[in-house]
Amino acid sequence: MSVLVYTENWDGKFKKLSFELISYAKQIAEQSGTTVTAISIGNVDDSELKKLGNYGATKVLSVNDERLNVLINKAYASIIAQAAEKEGSQLLIFAHNFTGKALAPRLSVKLKAGIASGVNAVPSSFDPFTVSKKVFTGKAFANVVIKSEKKILTLFQNSVEINESSGDAAIETFVPALDDADFATKVLDINKVTGKILLSDADVVVSGGRGMKNGDNWAPLEELATELGAALACSRPVSDEGWRPHEEHVGQTGKIIAPNLYFAMGISGAIQHLGGVSSSKCIVAINTDKDAPIFETADYGIVGDVQKVLPELIAAIKEMKAS
Amino acid sequence: MKILVCISNVPDTTTKIRFTDNNTAFDAAGVQWIINPWDELALTRALELKEASDTSIETITVINVGPQSTEPTIRKALAIGADDAVRVDAQAPDAYAVAANLAGYIKENPYDIIFCGIDSSDYNGSLVGGMLAEFLELPSVSSVSKLDIEGDTVKMNREIDGGSEVLTTPTPFVAIVQKGIALEPRIPSMRGIMMARKKPLNVVPPAVDEALTEFISYELPPSKAACKMVDAENVKELVDLLHNEAKVI
Ligand SMILES: Cc1cc2nc3c(=O)[nH]c(=O)nc-3n(C[C@H](O)[C@H](O)[C@H](O)COP(=O)(O)OP(=O)(O)OC[C@H]3O[C@@H](n4cnc5c(N)ncnc54)[C@H](O)[C@@H]3O)c2cc1C
Ligand SMILES: Nc1ncnc2c1ncn2[C@@H]1O[C@H](COP(=O)(O)O)[C@@H](O)[C@H]1O
Repeated sequence: MSVLVYTENWDGKFKKLSFELISYAKQIAEQSGTTVTAISIGNVDDSELKKLGNYGATKVLSVNDERLNVLINKAYASIIAQAAEKEGSQLLIFAHNFTGKALAPRLSVKLKAGIASGVNAVPSSFDPFTVSKKVFTGKAFANVVIKSEKKILTLFQNSVEINESSGDAAIETFVPALDDADFATKVLDINKVTGKILLSDADVVVSGGRGMKNGDNWAPLEELATELGAALACSRPVSDEGWRPHEEHVGQTGKIIAPNLYFAMGISGAIQHLGGVSSSKCIVAINTDKDAPIFETADYGIVGDVQKVLPELIAAIKEMKAS
Repeated sequence: MKILVCISNVPDTTTKIRFTDNNTAFDAAGVQWIINPWDELALTRALELKEASDTSIETITVINVGPQSTEPTIRKALAIGADDAVRVDAQAPDAYAVAANLAGYIKENPYDIIFCGIDSSDYNGSLVGGMLAEFLELPSVSSVSKLDIEGDTVKMNREIDGGSEVLTTPTPFVAIVQKGIALEPRIPSMRGIMMARKKPLNVVPPAVDEALTEFISYELPPSKAACKMVDAENVKELVDLLHNEAKVI
């Protein structure tokens, strides 16, 4: 009867996101009198798997097979469905990220489980099962009722508190039946930047727009990001112009992020840009135009030239860190 | 090779979102409807591939599950360059019902590559592509940012956290596309608009109409407190506020 959570790993490690998912599942499990089981696919060692216990998982199913070192949608979906059946899970939880979006809909059909995607809170009612989700690219919320017996949720990042306590999870090796036909998709090559703070995982994001004037002006943004342990982002014209790589583009047609702190430097705040960043907990805008729409969404603002403000901002942060 | 592009009909990205009937329904008054941006890019990429001399793409079909009111959007896809179109005549109450109806049609009329977008900009489901693949028991490749056809092989880039992967999968399959799949969406030419009127738009009855979820009410986000302005001569104060008030650094 447990709640089943798919916990993705990144090179054998879990991230904040995995712990957020377990914390979320734990809240739901407590309210509905059940427990949390995590399923992990790929090579993750026991000490890492044990960490999930500290956030509320009482059992971790670990699946390990050479062929599963890369995401193969069909095979992964089949494994998770088998785990759900074994555990008798009525509720499955995924992250609303690349992997969750790839797998959760397949499971929905496999299990005939209604799905609410991109949810941002625990269910407001269990009968009928009602939960809030983001719609219209962050411009509104909807209350969705799931009518089927089995249910799936994908959780929008940074929506709930992470609760750490000490708990113990039993690690169980799970050997699913695998069908060769499920491995028709082949990964030929992987290009990964290592050692960089991932935009999807960053607590702080420093973002630049066309107001930065050109790509050579990014050094102070990079320095600010380093000072704050932040990831870099940009508006769409900036990546279209080739000033910055496409992975950094945020907005409706780029990445959708929800850090604790978002710096919008020389960004006007177009509706399509805000679609990707409006879920940030705190937004700081620096812009020469006091009427720029970004100030309607920002929490803190400075009307000023980024070239002048940035060095002072970096100095002030260094000073704060030193004291 | 035959390509199918699934298109959803969504409010223009600049639409001011409002609700009616005590916040239980989307207010469509005055709304401009468009092809979901990802689907427009998928169609653009399909056309580029068809035009490339070394690929063997015979036809590009677009399909929508929706009421008659979506036909202007479907005609626009024909004007951009799709060869023919299908509308499954159903209200499309949720992603599950949409995918089931798409699957019903595709089982009778198979395609080699089925394009879906990564998400519709109305209900932000990110669901239909994966569901459709599962209904059809086909492979799905998600977050596709590049797709090329080399002989009989389809090669794709898939975005992952902090990078990308190159992969291939045998046809038929579902490609769920996102940023990068094409650079700029094509816009219809005058000639395209004229021709679109004569292209076939087949209306077919729904196969199923079962929804597993229901959107019962909507809310607008709480209005934000006014932005706290800090003087440009006093950047230190900003850092102080972020540290002590907002507690984010
Ligand atoms: C379908 C569609 C999808 C889109 N998707 C996205 C998306 O995903 N992401 C996205 O970002 N955009 C997207 N856009 C584009 C969006 O509409 C805006 O054009 C874009 O966000 C503007 O980028 P910007 O703020 O960097 O540039 P601008 O709008 O040109 O703003 C630059 C700002 O910098 C300020 N400035 C100038 N000089 C300085 C200085 N020295 N110091 C401080 N401030 C300065 C100016 O006052 C201005 O406010 C989309 C558009 C469409 C139609
Ligand atoms: N009513 C529909 N008819 C046809 N295709 C659709 C429909 N709704 C969604 N899709 C496809 O599924 C993708 C993802 O939509 P969604 O799951 O609604 O976010 C879209 O980009 C379309 O390719």
